[in-house]
Amino acid sequence: MNRNLIIGTTLTAVFITLAVWSFVWIPYDIESLDIANKLQTPNSAYLLGTDHFGRDILSMIMMGARTSIAVAFVAVGIGMALGIPLGLLAAARHGSLLDEVIMRGNDLVFAFPSLVIAILITAVFGASATNAIIAIGIFNIPVFARLTRGAALPLWERDFILAARVCGKSAARISVEHILPNITNLMIVQGTIQFSLGILAEAALSYIGLGAQPPTASWGRMLADAQTLVSIAPHTALVPGFAILLMVLGLNLMGDGLRDWLDPRIRVART
Amino acid sequence: MSLLAIKDLSLSIGDTQILHDVDVDTEPGEIVAITGESGSGKSMTALTVMGLLPRGAKPGGSVVLDGVDILQTPEPDLCQMRGNTMGMVFQEPMTALNPVQTIGAQVAETISIHENTTKTAAHERAAQMLERVGLKVPPSRYPHELSGGQRQRVVIAMAIALRPKLLIADEPTTALDVTTQARILDLLRDLVREFDMGLLMITHDLAVVADIADKIVVMQDGRVVESGATDHLLKDMQHPYTKALFAASTHQVQLPVRKGSVQLLYAKNIIRDYPMPRQKLLGQRPTFRALDNVNFHIEHGERVGLVGESGCGKSTLTRAILGLEDVQGGEIRLDGDPVFTGNRPNQSVRRKMQVVFQDPYSSFNPRHRVERLITEPFHLLKNPPTGKARETVIFKALQDVGLSAADAGKYIHEFSGGQRQRIAIARALIVEPELIIFDEAVSALDVSVRAQVLDLIVDICGKRRLAYLFISHDLSVVRSVTDRVLVMKSGKIVEQGDTETVFSDPQHAYTKSLIAAAPQLPPLI
Amino acid sequence: MIRYAAGRLTSLVISLFVASIVIFAVIEVIPGDPAAFMLGVNARPDTIAALRAEMGLDQSLIERYFDWITGLLQGDFGQSWTYKTPVADLIGDRIWISLPLAIYALILSTLIAFPAGIYAASRRSGAGDITIMGATQLGVAIPNFWFAMILVLIFAINLRWFSAGGFPGWDNPLQAMKSLTLPAIALALPQAAILARVMRSSLLDMLGEDFIRTARAKGLSARQALWKHAVRNALIPVLTIIGLQFSFLLAGGIIIEQVFFLPGLGRLIFQSISARDLIVVESVVMLLVFTVIMVNFMVDLAYAAVDPRLRSKA
Repeated sequence: MNRNLIIGTTLTAVFITLAVWSFVWIPYDIESLDIANKLQTPNSAYLLGTDHFGRDILSMIMMGARTSIAVAFVAVGIGMALGIPLGLLAAARHGSLLDEVIMRGNDLVFAFPSLVIAILITAVFGASATNAIIAIGIFNIPVFARLTRGAALPLWERDFILAARVCGKSAARISVEHILPNITNLMIVQGTIQFSLGILAEAALSYIGLGAQPPTASWGRMLADAQTLVSIAPHTALVPGFAILLMVLGLNLMGDGLRDWLDPRIRVART
Repeated sequence: MSLLAIKDLSLSIGDTQILHDVDVDTEPGEIVAITGESGSGKSMTALTVMGLLPRGAKPGGSVVLDGVDILQTPEPDLCQMRGNTMGMVFQEPMTALNPVQTIGAQVAETISIHENTTKTAAHERAAQMLERVGLKVPPSRYPHELSGGQRQRVVIAMAIALRPKLLIADEPTTALDVTTQARILDLLRDLVREFDMGLLMITHDLAVVADIADKIVVMQDGRVVESGATDHLLKDMQHPYTKALFAASTHQVQLPVRKGSVQLLYAKNIIRDYPMPRQKLLGQRPTFRALDNVNFHIEHGERVGLVGESGCGKSTLTRAILGLEDVQGGEIRLDGDPVFTGNRPNQSVRRKMQVVFQDPYSSFNPRHRVERLITEPFHLLKNPPTGKARETVIFKALQDVGLSAADAGKYIHEFSGGQRQRIAIARALIVEPELIIFDEAVSALDVSVRAQVLDLIVDICGKRRLAYLFISHDLSVVRSVTDRVLVMKSGKIVEQGDTETVFSDPQHAYTKSLIAAAPQLPPLI
Repeated sequence: MIRYAAGRLTSLVISLFVASIVIFAVIEVIPGDPAAFMLGVNARPDTIAALRAEMGLDQSLIERYFDWITGLLQGDFGQSWTYKTPVADLIGDRIWISLPLAIYALILSTLIAFPAGIYAASRRSGAGDITIMGATQLGVAIPNFWFAMILVLIFAINLRWFSAGGFPGWDNPLQAMKSLTLPAIALALPQAAILARVMRSSLLDMLGEDFIRTARAKGLSARQALWKHAVRNALIPVLTIIGLQFSFLLAGGIIIEQVFFLPGLGRLIFQSISARDLIVVESVVMLLVFTVIMVNFMVDLAYAAVDPRLRSKA
């Protein structure tokens, strides 16, 4: 275990705990307004202060963590579930028309940033957290497809793959039995990084109103609400911003830490 | 006063002591070869002389070059000396050059960083130097347009552009074909005489050493075990390690006598074409003919060799025989059955063939245990053994190749290169095939390990009356382990016949040039 | 070289074609009747009929697609339903904010990232490297629109160095640039952090290559070898990231415009979404995608300029 991994995992665990905890208990109800207590700075009753409707910001951060984590997690899941098989397939059929089609398709999706996908979806279906998941998920597919193909291709050149073919194993079987276990570490590390990008993307989409809609709490929406208040009540903008920052930082440190921890293995130097 | 005097050189990285009390001397115009197996510290000695040690390396003793102690010289002064007083040539010509600069510019750089000349003058001198090293392509070329041998000439031109007093060459011909190797060695020898420079050559190949060196230094585990003038040392070896090393290099395998002549593998008029990138945007893709009308056969229990240089089609032929790729013409049959039927390989035929690859490091999935690795061919069996029977088979297979039952639970990174090749042999034998293809199977091994693995191969195959196709660039090995040999060039088999006959009386010009180019150890007493 | 460029050009045209079909399908096919969709459930039948006629919905899909594409090629982006003006005019006013913003940010990001990445790589594991890597770790984690809000709070509200938002127009280029500066910094810094990390790791990969050792053996110092041999080779993966970043900057700019009340494409597109003006959305999205694909085409050409191996390959 290295320092990055410990700090990163701790930060991530804090937010996941907050999100899970919110199902059981939150300090204040955030669905009812309490105008009398609006825009309180952090104090002993409201640890992180209140917003312009008098809602407890800590409670909203906890509820928002749920949204962020759920959206990013499912989006990365979509990216992996579709991207990894596509990448394995492209690598197994390297140089074929299928490979070409998959890779060109990837390039095409890269031309649609997740915001543009969100714009298209929202224009037709309206804004919702589900649409944010789909937009970010679609964007993740080529990320994993390309990475998988890139990591699988050199493996296909290795002699142990040739040995497996000599043993009569099919390309599909080799992909699952030999390629997949050798790219798992890479996928875990990349998955962590994509998770953090998913958190950022969800916040951005919610901020411009293309993601989670009220009453669903979301860090991005909190920032949108805080925008006009930033000069009179900076904490309304600072708290959700730091929540995003720390969660993303935690995931990135965890990704780096995982890479250092998983990878420096059997790299034999040859003279 | 010698040109280079290495005295009591010691080197440690972290807690590991890499070199102990190394002494080497080199005179101007003298070729000194440092030899030894991997891990002997020969490359580290060379890097110490260049002052290019990895970070954290702590040298002791003295390395005096032309009156200057390298170990006491600060880095800026060392930069002045590198390329100027001393130059270096590396093993891997394919990666030693900057891919995005022309070769002319890379040679000119040596000149321009040390001398105050104009760009044009430096480029002109670079062009002359490239010509001097026998390169026949213009200096405006990029490295990727050149062959390995040509690139090595560029690296040499870079190293000698300023006529350094000492040239260090670390395995300069190891990555090259034998005919190219012979030419590069000739070039180095000429340059040493012409420039009167010292050449410190690092090589594991004793035949090369005996061929080129004036003086030999034998290293083992970071120590010099023996050194002396070449002819003297070859005649009168003192240290047991030196003797063992030379004995292993000339190791003659006891090839058991073979009886019978029933045909096993039969290949007739094989043609294999690869599509090449289109020349025009639209239009027919040109093809490259990797196998051109190849004919041969292998009998039951017969030991056949296949020699040829890189790119001659050896690997393509292996793939075709194994039924991994279909051929465009001709047929390959094993025991009468085609290896490739319709558009899919023939599983029942495959069971009778297995293969052992060259690289012991990439032949195994690092994520599987040995028992799973060696039982992979069970996939070819209709009813593979399970439970107790499977265990018995695994243990027997491991014992047959000199490993123990306890090794079954280990991962591949826990084994040395030689042990890995034994595991590869165990994997090949587990389904009791009739033919094994050894594709450069001992080329990556140190000489002493290589001798043991060769003995094992010949012993096991002899007992089981197994036929094998032994593919190698190393003529002396092929000569010692085969009954019959095929010589391949540019996708064609140019000569085949009884091994002894072909080697002692080659008919084809190419075979003759191969045999002439291969360096040979003089017969030892 | 020509063959390489021709190959890239072919794939550019194919990408544009497929992208246009995807956009057309999402906007004009999925909603069923786009006219009814745009006008909502309470619309009067004759209004719907009028819009249907204007959008040419009585034609077949293929004809409509073809009309749309030929229109785009001639600069005719259709007529906005809500603004009642040609979409081309709407875009023309606004793209001169969004595009300069993205380019400004790209330049800033590159100017920050290259020196930072090269410095960190040349001082590997030293104090400078650790500081820069720590800073990039933070930079990567900062949401750019939040960073923009913080910049406004500090430099516009407290220090009053910049105005908090709005755009004075290009009549006074200096003022225009000034009003784009905070947004560009907000966009650029997080991207610069990513780029600096890529630059550093790419350089470190290169420094481990054999040809660097060859260069050192010639007598180049470690720093000379880095500058003369590693940097240009390290550019190849860095270029890929720069190409990808442009699309993030363009899209990110659309978000940042909201923070600074810049009347760019972002405002137009969000207003059009809430007004269900599909004609505007369709054309603006096509324009964004077109820009991204063009930039990637230019990156491909830049590859060939850096890497001779690509020039000689088909």
